[in-house]
Amino acid sequence: MTPVSEAPMTPVGEAATAPVLSVRDLRVRFGDREAVGGVSFDLEPGRALGVVGESGSGKSSLALALSRLHTGADVTGEVRVDGTDVLAASDAELRRLRGGRIAMVFQDPLSSLDPYLRVGDQIAEVYRVHTGATRRAAAAKAVEVLDRVGIPDASRRARAHPHEFSGGMVQRALIAMALALEPRVLVADEPTTALDVTVQARLLTLLDELREETGMALLLVSHDFGVVAETADDILVMRAGKTVEHGPVETVLRTPSAAYTRELLEAVPRLDTPRPAVVTSRTPPPEQADSPQESLLRISGLRREFRLGPPLRRRVVPAVDGVSLEVAPGEVLGVVGESGSGKTTLARLIVRLLAPSAGTIEFAGRDVTRLPARELRPLRRDLQMVFQDPLASLNPRRTVGDSIADPLRVLGEPDAERRARDLMDRVGLDPDRYGAYPHEFSGGQRQRVGIARALAPDPRLLVCDEPVTSLDVSTQAQILALLAELRAERDLALLFVSHDLAVVRQVSDRVAVMRAGRVVTLGDVDTVYDQPEDPYTRALLAAVPKLAALTPAT
Amino acid sequence: MIWFLVRRLLATVAVLLVMSAIVYGLFYLMPGDPAVLACGKRCGPDQLVVTRHKLGLDQAVYLQYWHFLQGVVVGRDYSSGPDVNHCAAPCLGYSFQSDQPVTNLLLDRLPVSASLTLGALVLALVLGVGAGLLSALRRGTFVERLLTGVTLLGFSTPVFLIGLILLLVFCAWLKVLPFPSYVPLTENPAEWARNLVLPWCALALIEAALFARVARAGTLETLAEDHIRTFRAYGVPERQVVRRHALRGALAPVATITAVELATIIVSAMLTESMFGLPGIGKLAVEASTSVDLPVITGVTLLAGTAVVLANAVADLLHAAIDPRVKLA
Repeated sequence: MTPVSEAPMTPVGEAATAPVLSVRDLRVRFGDREAVGGVSFDLEPGRALGVVGESGSGKSSLALALSRLHTGADVTGEVRVDGTDVLAASDAELRRLRGGRIAMVFQDPLSSLDPYLRVGDQIAEVYRVHTGATRRAAAAKAVEVLDRVGIPDASRRARAHPHEFSGGMVQRALIAMALALEPRVLVADEPTTALDVTVQARLLTLLDELREETGMALLLVSHDFGVVAETADDILVMRAGKTVEHGPVETVLRTPSAAYTRELLEAVPRLDTPRPAVVTSRTPPPEQADSPQESLLRISGLRREFRLGPPLRRRVVPAVDGVSLEVAPGEVLGVVGESGSGKTTLARLIVRLLAPSAGTIEFAGRDVTRLPARELRPLRRDLQMVFQDPLASLNPRRTVGDSIADPLRVLGEPDAERRARDLMDRVGLDPDRYGAYPHEFSGGQRQRVGIARALAPDPRLLVCDEPVTSLDVSTQAQILALLAELRAERDLALLFVSHDLAVVRQVSDRVAVMRAGRVVTLGDVDTVYDQPEDPYTRALLAAVPKLAALTPAT
Repeated sequence: MIWFLVRRLLATVAVLLVMSAIVYGLFYLMPGDPAVLACGKRCGPDQLVVTRHKLGLDQAVYLQYWHFLQGVVVGRDYSSGPDVNHCAAPCLGYSFQSDQPVTNLLLDRLPVSASLTLGALVLALVLGVGAGLLSALRRGTFVERLLTGVTLLGFSTPVFLIGLILLLVFCAWLKVLPFPSYVPLTENPAEWARNLVLPWCALALIEAALFARVARAGTLETLAEDHIRTFRAYGVPERQVVRRHALRGALAPVATITAVELATIIVSAMLTESMFGLPGIGKLAVEASTSVDLPVITGVTLLAGTAVVLANAVADLLHAAIDPRVKLA
């Protein structure tokens, strides 16, 4: 112990409880770049602070610095955990602090545990490092905490390897690891970002319970205002490494003082607000889509199986299990579902990237289910796809202009380059950047390239698979607005696949909810969201963190 | 697991069949008449016809190949001259030059080659993995730069050069080691090792350099993974983080590359045996090549092929044992 650490903290304007985590003018520098530029805050026992910001705002750097986990970064300022100065602590002291006083839960659950070792052994190992318990006692403790965080059949699951767990379960196991050590502060860096909404809801409830039970403080880092609004007492909004706004949740969300906070809040898609005017302004009334001649895409009884397992015990797993849908010209059909519900497989089947096992796909009145590739080619003109990961779906060695022009060249368009430039202009990219490569663009710009490429052949149906999932809320809002405009001006129909219920509500006329390969609900978007009849749909909607409860409708 | 073994076994048989057919075909296309070689220098046209018939060389090539395969499974009889020689079940042919079944020739020399190859492999793994780990964990220090230099040197020096230098230094100048000759392990283990030290080193140094690079890369990669950060964030001492959480991931690629490298080691072992005068299969192969003893060459090829295919299967099993996510199917 350093003598400094014995000095009692005198928190600003706090009389009741001394802060368990106190940060003063924290700066994290990587070479010339300052990721965190002077952040200060206090966190009292049992309280939860949400740190919100877009990607690159420095919120993860801040989280790592609290346990001095940065390597190769210059960290200055003061971080006191339970009175001990983290940045000045000796190696041995630091090891006692890490886990023992301040524990972390990371964003990507599946890579956060050692894939080679059993889950229970990993928890026991950490427990023994801190307590010196016997192997047997540590193993028992591991089962106990796994049970506490709600892992069913904990004594058996403790012997499983991480890859045998789902994402939500690994995240629980990590929380269990922290829980075993009874830390004063838990730092959770985007703990639910990789998880489905229903899993997320249960995990956030668990964190709340543990906070109440053990009096530990929670620092929750997230890009999602909804998650923070449900969990945190205070909010700290970050931008470019600096604190933009810091205050109680109610105050920040209801009456944000910083313009940036207001902008961010406005960009967040709402589950419970009707669609913005720009989407609905154009009108082919979707009701008319009922007459069968009018449907652009009609699929019935569509099924796709995957075969898994060794030869004699091969199992047939249906990823899409008898789905029937229609999309009218100019209509937007949203498809929502949790991971593994078969929504991406459905999207791929429709554009024939995958061959269906059974069922039919009709496009513009023609059965295309089993058309050979050659005959499919003219059809691709009308049927295009926008992919989830814009960087991965663009050829890194081809200029973006060429990527956009390629579909046109394939179709024999004589002036492909000029048309590609027009398209770039249309989707909000500078046509002069025709010769630039994908890595020179931001995430949102790349997705604009992906959309321009899909638009190039002037399709009638655009299948979008999670087109805004990897983007920040403000960028997300821009891309959604672009899709809405394009739809209005080109009579474009969209099949919009997403796990994000709020986004789907914003863009869709009708919505299909998928679960385990089947469509459990299909109907008009406002009806499905406001009066859901199907119990699963209701559970799904209830699990989405609500932001509007706190913010005034504007 | 059972499916994996069955499939691997079938694949091994298929590989060996193809390999033997290719070797057979190559010799058929090669200039020179095996009968002339077998018959000797003063051999008249009549004798040549007789010899050719006895050797079965007057039959169609596919029949000869068929008899060869039969010999592998049930054994066959050869007659050169008056007496008939029986060649027992895994019969890989009969060498008329040494007047012995190829199988016997190979079995006689197998202990030498196995001692050399396996010993060198173990030495290469110990040196290589050790150097690789050390240079990854002492990144940016003098130790790393030294090891990188040594590794590069070892990697780019041919085996015969290393062998010659070792012989010169240890046997001729310092006289601390005998000029290698083979002493069976069962007879005198100490002498066995003492005689094999130099060949082991000559053979192992190059491979050790490769293993060092793979182990270093694997360690650095594993240390950068998310789960390592987790254990650091939970206060686990760095030594324990490396030992318990980084080593396995770092060494998994070494297991895979070892199997692939076995082929290289076998080839290098031929050179090493000839250079150090060790009576192993490699030396046999070199002699057989110069005297065009076709059955022996075929036998050596098949044996080496079997070793490589089996080593790959073992590597896959090892990989599955190291990594619980790998399913053998």
